[in-house]
Amino acid sequence: MSTFWSIWISVIVLGTVFGCWWLLWATRKSQTTDTETDRTMGHSFDGIEEYDNPLPKWWFYLFLATCIFALGYLALYPGLGNWKGLLGWTAVNQWEAEVAEAEEKYGPIYAQYGQTPVPELAENSDAMKIGQRLFANNCSVCHGSAARGQVGFPNLTDDDWLWGGTPEAILETLHNGRMGNMPAKGTMPSMTNEQVDQVVNYVLSFSGREKDAEAAKAGEQVFAQACVACHGPEGKGMQALGAPNLTDNTWLYGSTYEWIKETVINGRQNQMPAQDRLLSEDQIQILAAYVYSLSN
Amino acid sequence: MKHEIVEKNLGLMIVLIVLTISGGFLAEVVPLFFLKETNEPVEGLEPLSALELEGRDIYIREGCHVCHTQQIRPFRAETERYGHYSVAGEFVYDRPFLWGSKRTGPDLARVGGRYSDAWQRQHLYNPRSVVPESNMPAFPWLFEDQVDHSKTAAKMETLQTLGVPYTDEQIAEASAQVEGKFEIEALVAYLQQLGTVISDKR
Repeated sequence: MSTFWSIWISVIVLGTVFGCWWLLWATRKSQTTDTETDRTMGHSFDGIEEYDNPLPKWWFYLFLATCIFALGYLALYPGLGNWKGLLGWTAVNQWEAEVAEAEEKYGPIYAQYGQTPVPELAENSDAMKIGQRLFANNCSVCHGSAARGQVGFPNLTDDDWLWGGTPEAILETLHNGRMGNMPAKGTMPSMTNEQVDQVVNYVLSFSGREKDAEAAKAGEQVFAQACVACHGPEGKGMQALGAPNLTDNTWLYGSTYEWIKETVINGRQNQMPAQDRLLSEDQIQILAAYVYSLSN
Repeated sequence: MKHEIVEKNLGLMIVLIVLTISGGFLAEVVPLFFLKETNEPVEGLEPLSALELEGRDIYIREGCHVCHTQQIRPFRAETERYGHYSVAGEFVYDRPFLWGSKRTGPDLARVGGRYSDAWQRQHLYNPRSVVPESNMPAFPWLFEDQVDHSKTAAKMETLQTLGVPYTDEQIAEASAQVEGKFEIEALVAYLQQLGTVISDKR
């Protein structure tokens, strides 16, 4: 802050405090008797008169006390321009002290858990209590408080994984996030409506639910052209790309004819945001163990 | 001095009242208009793009700031949950700022990048579909209405006059950039950039 503004602020603040003090002294008056006065303001409206009593003493001194308090406060805390205050307090150093205190208390616990391998950590009930809290605060918004997911956001409690369920894969997912991208009509942008119907029937046939056996048969050709690059020739998916297994009973976006048709026509984008920017290494380690523990 | 003098001279009373009530404003508010700390952008801060700016106006129109603050205070409990505390330099292009004063929902100062676009869309379409205990209203019309692009350039010009460093090219392209976009796209674009200039771990 420049000297000008520092002086500007100091003069106004101190001027206000001393101005109040002066006003109190200048307008005070003494009491004529010990009990009550009969002095009036000298005006009368319809016979109603106004007493001219002084401010009660305790009240008067309370006002003065607020002025003294203000001066004391301004000496201790930063309030007058560049004056830092005798206590050296700032909002930021108060925050830093809070964080340092917490770090001293919880840091060693986190550090110890951060060094423990995921499967071992998943057995530690104290660590999993922390994991559950971290999950509730950071993950449950998408994956649900019971981690069972919902349409578009995977269930973490089953044994079916889009990107892999090994400790390493979970850690990678948490650290750097995942970006699943199914293009509209897969790798075959020229797919006709008839071909869409065929390939959806073919996908349904993996679980014996095709509506039209003939279309399903024709769909094999379309599948080979549009889908195998990611979902594999047998539709079993590919974890390296986050391409789901189409032959099991787990569906991220619904398993009916209509849902699958919608998926084929418009594609799907699926993002797990990276937590690296948000959480510490140790917290991510604990979270990975918590997620691992849900299905192991 | 006699009380009576003040009470019976209106002119004098007005002067004294103005003096009394302007003290706080002159000492606490006026210097902020001129201080480096409150006027210099933090490193890397860019003015909002045309689409984000329209998203911000939708944010204001729907009253998001009534239930969501955009200001993380320097307390550990807040920085643990939301990230680095807010600093003045992040808001120098915000006119008006949207700090808010009441948290019915969580603070959004650093919500950018926390959730996927798909989550934001689903949540705005029907909050209960992703957060069952939420009491946030649904905003389904954002998916039907398109952004009004006729005033985008004018808004950016006004901001430019107020000191936001938009280039003339940006203003010339503004209308075309938002034309045909749905309101939800603008709002999500705005939300996804919130607070991303400063990042740190919790």
